Amino acid sequence: MTALSRGVRKHWQMYVFLSPALVYFTIFHYIPMYGAQIAFKNYSAVKGIWGSEWIGFDQFERFFHSYYFGLLLRNTLQINLYQLALFPVSIIVALAIHEVTRARFKRFVQLVTYAPHFISVVVISGMILVFLDPSTGIVNSLIQALGGEPISFITEPGWFKSIYVLSGEWQNLGWGAIIYLAALAGINPELHEAAQIDGANRWQRIFHINIPGIMPTIIILFVLNLGSFMNVGFEKIYLLQNPLNLESSEVIQTHVYKSGLLQAQYSYTAAIGLFNNVINFAILLTFNRLARRSGNSLW
Amino acid sequence: MIRHTFGDRVFQAMNSGFLALLSIVVLYPLLYIISASISDPTYVNSGQMWLWPKGLTFEGYERVFRNPDIWRGYFNSAFYTVAGVLINLAVTLPCAYALARTGLPGRKPIALFIIFTMFFSGGLIPNYLLVKDLGMVNTYWALLLPAAASAINIIVSRTFFQSNISREMEEAAAIDGCSDFRMFFVIVLPLSKALIAVMALFYGVGHWNQYFGALIYLSDRDMFPLQLFLREILVQQEIASQMLMNGGDVEVLMAEQTRIAELIKYAVMIVAALPLIVVYPFVQRHFVQGVMIGSVKG
Repeated sequence: MTALSRGVRKHWQMYVFLSPALVYFTIFHYIPMYGAQIAFKNYSAVKGIWGSEWIGFDQFERFFHSYYFGLLLRNTLQINLYQLALFPVSIIVALAIHEVTRARFKRFVQLVTYAPHFISVVVISGMILVFLDPSTGIVNSLIQALGGEPISFITEPGWFKSIYVLSGEWQNLGWGAIIYLAALAGINPELHEAAQIDGANRWQRIFHINIPGIMPTIIILFVLNLGSFMNVGFEKIYLLQNPLNLESSEVIQTHVYKSGLLQAQYSYTAAIGLFNNVINFAILLTFNRLARRSGNSLW
Repeated sequence: MIRHTFGDRVFQAMNSGFLALLSIVVLYPLLYIISASISDPTYVNSGQMWLWPKGLTFEGYERVFRNPDIWRGYFNSAFYTVAGVLINLAVTLPCAYALARTGLPGRKPIALFIIFTMFFSGGLIPNYLLVKDLGMVNTYWALLLPAAASAINIIVSRTFFQSNISREMEEAAAIDGCSDFRMFFVIVLPLSKALIAVMALFYGVGHWNQYFGALIYLSDRDMFPLQLFLREILVQQEIASQMLMNGGDVEVLMAEQTRIAELIKYAVMIVAALPLIVVYPFVQRHFVQGVMIGSVKG
């Protein structure tokens, strides 16, 4: 009996523990990855995924030449760059919370800022719609009280991306800070004591101890963020979409949903989805390689 | 010894001011909705109610609870959440515990097999076709099985076990003849209450809040979760006539209908968030201390 099979036999109960998860990930994650081959096929419901005929890259070509290609790519990229520009917000919030010495105030800030994370996208979208309503919303009441003209935020394409990104920031700025707070808690307090004896002030200690201390976490989260670069929170986008803001709000995933599931163009939209996921994965690999040079990487 | 210089005190004051302002910005919309849900909509819609309730009324809640859809959605969502969380925990915790076990042959490749799904997926269409081929469309399973586990939660749980369950204790128990199964249920789980609470909350919120799965897989209104009914009211602006009717009067003025529709929206948002508002403060304290610390060391 080899050492390996002895090890496996000794731990058989551990493999029983692993099996539900392995079955789950195989069926609901790996089979769809294999099923993504319909992007290269002409899917027919009768023949199914495996029986449909191969047609190569036709679906991809159709997408690259379609009217939507430029629009979808532009909106997807703009929304993501906008979000990425706000990446440091949660870091700043974490650094600020970490400096608080009064425990009760610290707990209060955490309790409040984490809370919106748990609100559903449907309710968030509902909140946005009632707050920004041109005739009954609080925002326009304020604008009018200050002597301005009411703005129909939700039907103006120019406002869509700000509404989407800033409401997301409101919802997740506190939640995003948790992981940095955990990293800050792991910094050796002796570093701060030594720096204080040497006369370093608060700012110097934040910049020379806290930020370098959480840098590995920052890099990893940044890479993870880029790895889902092309994935926008399309559930919220879909809820906030209307015919008037579509030119600014249609992104790759909403297009896949609408043309794919609602109009049953399975192969065509599977190709768009695959294009999206391959780009994401390529971005992740590239930046993870860069991150590895600094000694931090995902694997 | 920590000295508090003048500079330190200025810094503290500014920092507290910043965080207080941030808390107000986050809290204000939430307080506004609570107040608006119990205020006369005339004041709300004209901007006269801006913080405290004005013209106290509970009509919004009365009308929300008069709607059978809301009750059905509530019941369905409760079912999806409880059943979903039980499945999630049954898949996640044993798997994470096994992955935390050093010296288990194949541990690394199995972890990689799971982690890879975080970075690459087949996409919406192949997932939909799979669920369809499995015959799960328009069944409760369509919302439960495709969401049976999440890679990130397995990794967080694994790291928790790695840093909180001592290997020596496990070995001592093994020498006393304790099987792995027994060890997990009798020793490990009772020591992991913080993890179980946080995982139940994370997964539970996911089930309670989800609408997209239901939107693509369910067509039978009897199975709709609350979020789909909320979408009709909040986003599609369709408010069931039962809620708008005034007792037996079908003829209600248009203006009155709009007025009440706004009130119903605020009330329904609070009603939908109620279970989370109740659970959240109890679980919140475990977030950083109990669970996330581990995920950084990981």
